Amino acid sequence: MEITHTHSKSHTGYGGYVLIWLILIGLTVLTVSVSGIDFGNATLPLALLIATIKSVLVINIFMHIKHEDKIFRLFIGVALLILIVAFVFTAFDVFFR
Amino acid sequence: MTHQAHDNSYVSYLDYKGKHSGIWAWLLSTDHKRIGLMYLTGIMLFFVAGMSLGFVMKTEMLSRGETLVDAQTYNALFTLHGVIMIFLVIIPGIPAAFGNFFLPIQIGAKDVSFPRLNLFSFWLYMAGGVVALSSLFLQGGPIDTGWTFYVPYSLRTNTNVSLALLAAFLLGFSSILTGLNFITTVHRLRAPGMGFFRMPLFIWALYSTAWIQVIATPVIGITIVLVIVERLFSIGIFDPALGGDPILFQHLFWIYSHPAVYIMILPAMGVVSEIIPTFAKRTIFGYKAIAFSSLAIAFIGYFVWAHHMFTSGMSDLARIIFSLFTFLVAIPSGVKVFNWVATLYKGSIEPRVPFLFVMMFIFLFSIGGLTGLVLGNLATNIHTHGTYFVVAHFHYVMFGGTVIILFGALHYWFPKMFGRMYNEKVATVSVILIFIGFNGLYFTMFILGYMGMPRRYWDYLPEYQLLHTISAIGAYILIAGILLMLHNLWKALRKGPKAVQNPWGGVTLEWTVPSPPPLENFDEIPIITHGPYEFPEAKGVK
Ligand code: HEM
Repeated sequence: MEITHTHSKSHTGYGGYVLIWLILIGLTVLTVSVSGIDFGNATLPLALLIATIKSVLVINIFMHIKHEDKIFRLFIGVALLILIVAFVFTAFDVFFR
Repeated sequence: MTHQAHDNSYVSYLDYKGKHSGIWAWLLSTDHKRIGLMYLTGIMLFFVAGMSLGFVMKTEMLSRGETLVDAQTYNALFTLHGVIMIFLVIIPGIPAAFGNFFLPIQIGAKDVSFPRLNLFSFWLYMAGGVVALSSLFLQGGPIDTGWTFYVPYSLRTNTNVSLALLAAFLLGFSSILTGLNFITTVHRLRAPGMGFFRMPLFIWALYSTAWIQVIATPVIGITIVLVIVERLFSIGIFDPALGGDPILFQHLFWIYSHPAVYIMILPAMGVVSEIIPTFAKRTIFGYKAIAFSSLAIAFIGYFVWAHHMFTSGMSDLARIIFSLFTFLVAIPSGVKVFNWVATLYKGSIEPRVPFLFVMMFIFLFSIGGLTGLVLGNLATNIHTHGTYFVVAHFHYVMFGGTVIILFGALHYWFPKMFGRMYNEKVATVSVILIFIGFNGLYFTMFILGYMGMPRRYWDYLPEYQLLHTISAIGAYILIAGILLMLHNLWKALRKGPKAVQNPWGGVTLEWTVPSPPPLENFDEIPIITHGPYEFPEAKGVK
């Protein structure tokens, strides 16, 4: 229970949260609007890039991971690693059929 | 043993009177033991329901043509049987029932980290069960897709697919919350002195499982949402007629469902690692190897999912890679089996009921595992895919593995949970019946499958008659054994003699508290000074 307040200084302020929220909305609008344009082979990487930026913001700011202990970053790292495995191994099928 | 003297001076978790009374004292309880027991009740009820469906299926297959039900009903039967057994019985299975009950006790804690979240996940489990069963009675009728919900058929059928998927979604959430709770509990609530390498191996198994629950389950959640959206709005994600990719569904489904088989088996392996030292009166051989092999199985388990899809038309490169990784998973599983057997070597073995279940497990699971190699091999997979060989294989690993250990755990911890003892002779007879019936039922299926009998068929050619008959008789013997076992336990629950605190001479923490344990388990949180399986004397602890 005591832990809850110790970190609060370093947390993002309300203004910061609103800003991040606006950026996220902006990126969502961007995703939707570029989905109509054909970038050829770059379409998928582009969509993934935008999604990555969004999740980095959410994980670091909204989920407070930026301010947390290393162990939480390790946990998230493992989860990300497995996500990448899922992408890469699925690609072994999809791009080599 | 010190607690035994004042056995009557405490109030057990069964008798404890809280804010609520009657059934609400259970349904609203946040005590991990009551929640564990409620899960156990739900799981056993669903198991009996699933078993009854199995009984009907086997009776249908007793003779050719229509014996009991028509073809469409058979489709619904195996689907419902699969959905119940997978999502309502063995995925929650050991972690939700015995994990909830014993994880806090074995690490010396009073409860899990988030008791209310724990109750919430039980409610989600019940909600999922109700939704799954309601699909039976609502318009559209019970689903007929098989438990795997493969597209494009699951997009086209008019049966209640969306409802069944919603049920799986709720159950997935329940599983994630349990996992989160266990991870936090293991990190935060271990008793002073209990480092990670002093934890019982059951805890290691639950911990590895919890990670799979948390990381893999969201994938099935999103896949389910995609199928429902596709059914409602025909977007073209999976439907080939709309430009979608049906094999993508299979990838997404198995990215969860393969790690999920480790959610099923790892906790069972953890229980085995508890029972073996207790009945061999010897510390476990290769503690760290077993602990790390749990983590290794959990990890490598993510790299093998597409071995369910070798004949789906995916790329050759993917087939080779997934086949290779499939063989790699055999290594940590082998590490465990060899360590268990090495623990028995020169132990002073007491072959009592829980131990008999473990022996049955090692035998059946090894057959299941070895036939998995036949399926994991690209060439032989083509011959056996989609046949009864697969049905036999997964019953050997899931039923012969996990469910047999669920029964074993029940017999091991029954005196602790209820403070009463069952009749060991009757239990032994039931073990023998289960063993004989099981092999009669499923070993014949290996041969049938090898001969070409396809799975999910309601009828068969005359040359399969004899083996189908033997298989059905096996099923009846098996079911008789299970009913005898349940009857024996039910009788013990009501009239069994009082159990002592430590009937098997176990040395993990649950055996240091009274049977049944008091509300918050320990009067005083214990201080841990040694590893989990140090037996005071090599022989004769009773
Ligand atoms: C209690 C006795 C049991 C009997 C008599 C039984 C029998 C059967 C039969 C006859 C089938 C259908 C085979 C086919 O036509 O393809 C089947 C399928 C299946 N069983 Fe069992 N089974 C039993 C227990 C279990 C248990 C304990 C589990 C899991 C823990 C389980 C999981 C499954 C699954 C996942 C399927 C596949 C369903 C599908 O094809 O979609 N069964 N079982």
